[in-house]
Amino acid sequence: MILLWLIAIPLIGGILAWTAERWSTTAPRWIALAATAVPLVLALTLWDGDPGDFWLAEFETSWIPAAGIDFYLAADGLGLLMVLLTFFLGVLSVGISWNTVPSRPGFFYFNLLLILAGTTGVFTALDLFLFFFCWELMVLPMYFIIGIWGHENRNYAAIKFFIFTQASGLLLLIAILGLHYAHAAETGVQTFRYGELLGTELAPGLGMGLMLGFFVAFAVKLPAFPFHTWLADAHTEAPTAGSLILAGLLLKTGGYGLVRFVVPLFPEESAAFAPVAMALGAIGILYGAKLAFAQTDLKRLIAYTSVSHMGFVLVGVFAWNAWAVQGVVVQMIAHGLSTGALFILAGGIQDRLHTRDLNAMGGFWPQAPCMAALALFFAMASLGLPGLGNFVGEFLILLGSFQVNVVATVLAALGLVGATVYSLWIIQRVFHGEPRESKGLTDLSLREITILGVLAAGLLGLGLYPKPVLHMSEPTVRALHETAPPPGAALATGQPENPVAHAVPPNERVPTDP
Amino acid sequence: MTPSDLQALLPHIVVAATAVAVMLVISFYRNQTVSAVLTVAGLFAAAACLPFVWSAEADAVPPLFRVDPFGCFHIGLLLTASVAVTVFSHSYLEKYRMERGEFYILLLLSVLGALVLTVADHFISFFLGLELLSVSLYVMVAYIFTKKRAVEAGVKYLFLAAATSAFLLFGMALIYAELGTMAFPEIAAELGGGDGLRSPYLLAGTVLVVAGAGFKLSVVPFHMWTPDIYQGAPAPVTAFLATVSKACVVVVLLRFLAAFDSDAVPGLYLALTVVACASMLTGNLLALLQDNIKRILAYSSIAHFGYLLVAFVAGGPAGAMAATFYLVTYFAATLVAFGVVAYLSPSDREADTVADYRGLFWSRPGPAALLSLALFSLVGLPLTGGFMGKFFLVGAGAEARLWTLLLVLAVSSAISIYYYLRVVVAMYSSIEDTPQTRELSEPFAATPPYGNTVGAVQALLALGLLVLGLYPQPVLAMIQSVTRTF
Repeated sequence: MILLWLIAIPLIGGILAWTAERWSTTAPRWIALAATAVPLVLALTLWDGDPGDFWLAEFETSWIPAAGIDFYLAADGLGLLMVLLTFFLGVLSVGISWNTVPSRPGFFYFNLLLILAGTTGVFTALDLFLFFFCWELMVLPMYFIIGIWGHENRNYAAIKFFIFTQASGLLLLIAILGLHYAHAAETGVQTFRYGELLGTELAPGLGMGLMLGFFVAFAVKLPAFPFHTWLADAHTEAPTAGSLILAGLLLKTGGYGLVRFVVPLFPEESAAFAPVAMALGAIGILYGAKLAFAQTDLKRLIAYTSVSHMGFVLVGVFAWNAWAVQGVVVQMIAHGLSTGALFILAGGIQDRLHTRDLNAMGGFWPQAPCMAALALFFAMASLGLPGLGNFVGEFLILLGSFQVNVVATVLAALGLVGATVYSLWIIQRVFHGEPRESKGLTDLSLREITILGVLAAGLLGLGLYPKPVLHMSEPTVRALHETAPPPGAALATGQPENPVAHAVPPNERVPTDP
Repeated sequence: MTPSDLQALLPHIVVAATAVAVMLVISFYRNQTVSAVLTVAGLFAAAACLPFVWSAEADAVPPLFRVDPFGCFHIGLLLTASVAVTVFSHSYLEKYRMERGEFYILLLLSVLGALVLTVADHFISFFLGLELLSVSLYVMVAYIFTKKRAVEAGVKYLFLAAATSAFLLFGMALIYAELGTMAFPEIAAELGGGDGLRSPYLLAGTVLVVAGAGFKLSVVPFHMWTPDIYQGAPAPVTAFLATVSKACVVVVLLRFLAAFDSDAVPGLYLALTVVACASMLTGNLLALLQDNIKRILAYSSIAHFGYLLVAFVAGGPAGAMAATFYLVTYFAATLVAFGVVAYLSPSDREADTVADYRGLFWSRPGPAALLSLALFSLVGLPLTGGFMGKFFLVGAGAEARLWTLLLVLAVSSAISIYYYLRVVVAMYSSIEDTPQTRELSEPFAATPPYGNTVGAVQALLALGLLVLGLYPQPVLAMIQSVTRTF
């Protein structure tokens, strides 16, 4: 029942915020804050559950029985982590847009909350139709946020985003239905349930086709190398809260989809496709880093670092051993926090100077020391400094993928050098060097410092003590590996008693279940 | 004619009687509102007969008609749409100083033609219904004869539809010459032998009949008339053309094609596949080039009937179910869209350029929200009926493993997003963006505020779209029960 509320509260809050706009300009943001904070607290109450029970919460009711569709929500450790990330960033995005929405605040928060509801649905739906419904539900409000409240070139960016995601969404729809009917032909049962569709026997050609349908849809959202072109425009033109949600949440739905659906539903096909996917991931890491370095637009630069970081996710998912998949989970959370923070900083600079052009910046450190210090912190996180969350994620992914594909791992590791270059480049261009015209540049406000401080604390916590997160996702990873065995599992004499334990320092060892 | 036959044809009789009644009333008392109210009352009365027809024991009136639940469902759908068109027409014609009562006679007669088509089970009733529908439509398209475009559109429609009727008749004659029967069940029995379309005459006849239907559905290559006539006709008539006059042909084509087994006549299904792909791509690509919202919707309707043909090719109960459900969602969305256009049109022209809609969301949120919802449904976004419609369509295609068609569908509907969004972008762009917007949206100041009947009808249709998108179970179960026989 809690899961239903997690979706319903943002929806109801969104409608209330929209209607409240008529009589107050400040009421919508308070409603939006409540509609994100309450679900965050509700989701936190699920943390107490023992992840060993596997499903921490479930909700199920009949929806369209005529077509075999159920309204089935369930959260395991992985789902809960993603839901928490959703509402954590949701609260922050309401906070960051607190007094920067110039027109129609009610409609803005309506869209923002609709995205959060859709994202929560994506992370908890275990009926493939419901999943697809929520998947598509996220797109339109994001389109409005970019298209109405975005920057100069907003219409182009919004339409490009919409067309990319819709086209790939249709492929996903065809693949879901293809899987549904293949399963119906095999067993005679009409169902969209994830649990029942697992293990469907597929003809080789059909299986590969369906797997690619799922893969392309998730790779576009991720975004993986050849499908990344929408990302820079959308991130750059979106308002700050929109960029935060895009980078922090929407990209994660792609990674989540790969982990939850692509490999478990199509284990053999994925294994065959893994070299290609890992190569695409490695290319994305290097190419994204190179493109980031070449940008003169601050938000565009940060956008391309996402391509680079999400390449690690792709490599990790298709390496598919416990280290790599755990790394993917940490990497997704850490990237959501660090890149979100960088977008907040870029948005703050743009609000003050009305430019994103790096050539117009420089030497801002003396005027805005708080901003500079925090930017340095998040740049360090982005380049993978040990002690911060991104390091744990990337380290685990590389550790895992090294055992599967040495070439891709070596190339991916080179991306860390690229990350160092572009991260320091941001600091160098914006805060060091010759002081430029910086009229109107004021230091961060208390509201911004609080928001960034929370994000920084999150990254620090994730970097120094990732055990709770790993512990939470560990049962999910184990269950996924039972469905789709990791490469080499057949050769080893049984699973290592707890693969994650090897990946974290001894003093942070995850206790093995009794 | 037995009493039970009369009972089965009750909706048709009521609609015909209403047409006569409106004519008689006009000859004594001319008042647009009275005619419109009478028309709506007649349509409701016809719909109220449906439960009796549904439960009628003898569900067929052989040999011409077959009044089965499938037909009844579509009669209900067409009557609902006709009520909406009547309401839109009333407010639209209010803006013109001319004789307006006759419009409703024509409307009722073409509704009657459409209703005949939905239960047609014989070439004679097929042709009668089609002619009754078309002849009234020629006049309706050109009804505002003070507008050049309307007259041009009317004449164009007359010529093309007359030519199509000739094709259709010739095709029927060829099939009759070969099989010696004009009744669909007997044609099906004759073809059931397994040797398929055994003679060239039979093949030519079938192709001509399907081509005639294709003209009404405006699928490629019979689509040329659509944009001009959609643009020239008054907006409520366009709504009628886009919905009622197409749906009844879908029904009759579903019945006719049910006689052809896809294994027995692969050529026919290959042809349908080609037509479907061509319609989806042509409709969506040409719509990209338009600046007129009625032309955009015209091309989009070409594409939508291309999507619908996917269900035809898939065939079987799943195909018929998907086609029917898609029609329902398409009806609601199209009626809302043209309803908004009709509502916003000033008396001197149609409010149909994309520029007319600039900033509409900020100046008139009501119509803008309705039009957005309709367009989102046509795109197939969740929360709207169009999403479910597309889902079941793709489902029918996936079940029949029509991967090529589905890929074309995916690609072409990705293209379609662009032109739908152009309208949406215009509506949501801020008025300050362009200095001339104030002048452009000036005519809209004259339109009455929402809250009247038109607004209520549109709100109901929009609510229907949302219900279809969120909880389609009741409608779906009903459609499944009526399409079981396919």
